[in-house]
Amino acid sequence: MLENVLIYGLINGMVLALLAIGFALTFGISGIANFAHGALYILTGYTVWVFLHTLGTPYLLAIFLAMAITALIGAAIYNVILLRIRGMRSSEIIATFALALAILEAFRFFGFVGAKYTLPTFVEGSVSVAGVIVDYQRLILIGVGAGLVGLLWFFTHYTKTGLAFRAIAQVERTALTLGIDSDRMATLSLAFGAALAALAAIVLLPLGQITVETGLNVLLNALAICILGGLGSVTGIVAASLLLGYAQIITVTYIAPHWLMVVTLVAIFVVLLVKPSGLFGKQKELEERV
Amino acid sequence: MVSRRRERLERGIKVRTDDVYALCSTKEMLYLVAPRLIPILVLLLLPLILPTYWQKVVIFTGVFALLSISWDFLYSFTGLVSLGQALFFGVGAYLAGSLNHYFDISPGLTIPISTIAGATLCTLFLLPALRLRGIYFAMITLVLPLIFLRIIEATAILGGTDGLTALAPLPGIWIELYLILGIMLVALFALRRLVNSDFGLVLRGIHDNDQAVKGAGINIYWYKAQALFIAALLGSFAGAYLTHVYMFVGLSAFALDFTVVPIAATVVGGMGTLGGSVLGAFILVPLSEVLRAFGPLRIVFYALLIVVFIILKPEGLFNYLQRKYREFERWVEV
Repeated sequence: MLENVLIYGLINGMVLALLAIGFALTFGISGIANFAHGALYILTGYTVWVFLHTLGTPYLLAIFLAMAITALIGAAIYNVILLRIRGMRSSEIIATFALALAILEAFRFFGFVGAKYTLPTFVEGSVSVAGVIVDYQRLILIGVGAGLVGLLWFFTHYTKTGLAFRAIAQVERTALTLGIDSDRMATLSLAFGAALAALAAIVLLPLGQITVETGLNVLLNALAICILGGLGSVTGIVAASLLLGYAQIITVTYIAPHWLMVVTLVAIFVVLLVKPSGLFGKQKELEERV
Repeated sequence: MVSRRRERLERGIKVRTDDVYALCSTKEMLYLVAPRLIPILVLLLLPLILPTYWQKVVIFTGVFALLSISWDFLYSFTGLVSLGQALFFGVGAYLAGSLNHYFDISPGLTIPISTIAGATLCTLFLLPALRLRGIYFAMITLVLPLIFLRIIEATAILGGTDGLTALAPLPGIWIELYLILGIMLVALFALRRLVNSDFGLVLRGIHDNDQAVKGAGINIYWYKAQALFIAALLGSFAGAYLTHVYMFVGLSAFALDFTVVPIAATVVGGMGTLGGSVLGAFILVPLSEVLRAFGPLRIVFYALLIVVFIILKPEGLFNYLQRKYREFERWVEV
């Protein structure tokens, strides 16, 4: 039982980190809360499915194509919609939220509902870790999650684009004087965020079914992690994911699966009450920010 | 080649004042009263000539109009983006439903009780989130109705997934109709007055720059809580009312529709006018009845409307019409 909780808690933590990291990245760089994050996640799932089953593309190619398409859509969201309302935070929220609903409900309308919407796992089979059976997909997931965090850290510290991202995130005006194009960076940040959502979808969706409802759940989980960990800190995201991941698994194991989301909410509430900037947030005072 | 441009002139009466000078002539009085009186009269007379089916649509529209007013009030005057109008609606609906179901209280009492109790509860739920602004507040309001949904689903309290059925109806369709239309009009005009009072001024200040309002020695959280309470009153009333109209309350009370449609109505109708939300609701809800055959595609349609209006016509229809009504336009040679 205990080993079960330990291992699946870690897996669940990684799942949450994967879901949240794209959202956090976009918000951290451009200050845009992309409420369409969950919708992009689901969109990727269905895109891969269509490539696989309708067009018969090889799995690996389908994955890369789907990621590229989602990233392009992310960039398009910025250039077509957000560019015109940039800076009006509330309009950004409403527009992206509405877009998310449009995407999700369109899938529902066109009949993307049912048990056949599943993706194959990368590698079949499972291993026993300390007496607990874990399938390979979940092990891959941990690897991807950990690798991604490392890569992101490397990217934001040692590449030009990454450094520009951080510059824009810190002081936009100063970044502008250094010749960093704010709009280009925001486009890139949305594309990156979307690509990360796509990556999460590709790694996570083989574990279950692709459903429209998942879209909203993904968004909620991403929001919960970002509130818990504090926006704008990768360490915070990872720590909050692990914390919430274990909390959820403990609830599921020892109380009842129904209470899973309730735990998430309670966590958000307590954190907001005690420390509104999140457990590891770097913002001094949340009140000064939107 | 003579080039011309369109000159826009504000009608004089509006520049001077809203009420005092208007009393000088009947024409000016009419100019001010007509845009308010005609919609009211149309609203009150319309149900008399509509068939039963469309009377029900009017009821539904009134409910959504109330939710839209509530959303607009929170958004445009207090700066709180609520993605959870369904919370207000659902809490009011479930309160009325359970009061009627478990304690057998008549609708005449359950509706006022659950309006006030529901608003109090919602305010209490959102109290911790009042320290937050913008996206953080939006996130919390998005999460809360879903959590209630899950709790009711998980614990099977309050009828669980089946909901509470066979609740007491309101006496007759005319009472139903004129109750919702009356409350909607009262809410609309009362709030329009409120936002122009000193209280409203503080709220607008919070919307524009809450730190400055704080600097003026005003407790912004107290004001935000009050605004939230007012908005929740409208939402809870709508919920309690519709529960008795349907004689049923279920998980659908927390449905996303009650969040999306008010936002769409306000964005289309025009934010920051309150009247615009009503206008939007009276355009969108009947339209969605016409489009009933499309089912879930209607939400897509609403959502796309929101996006299109936010990008291309952020002022909304009401502001546009108001501008046209208040301005002369003429071509002048330059």
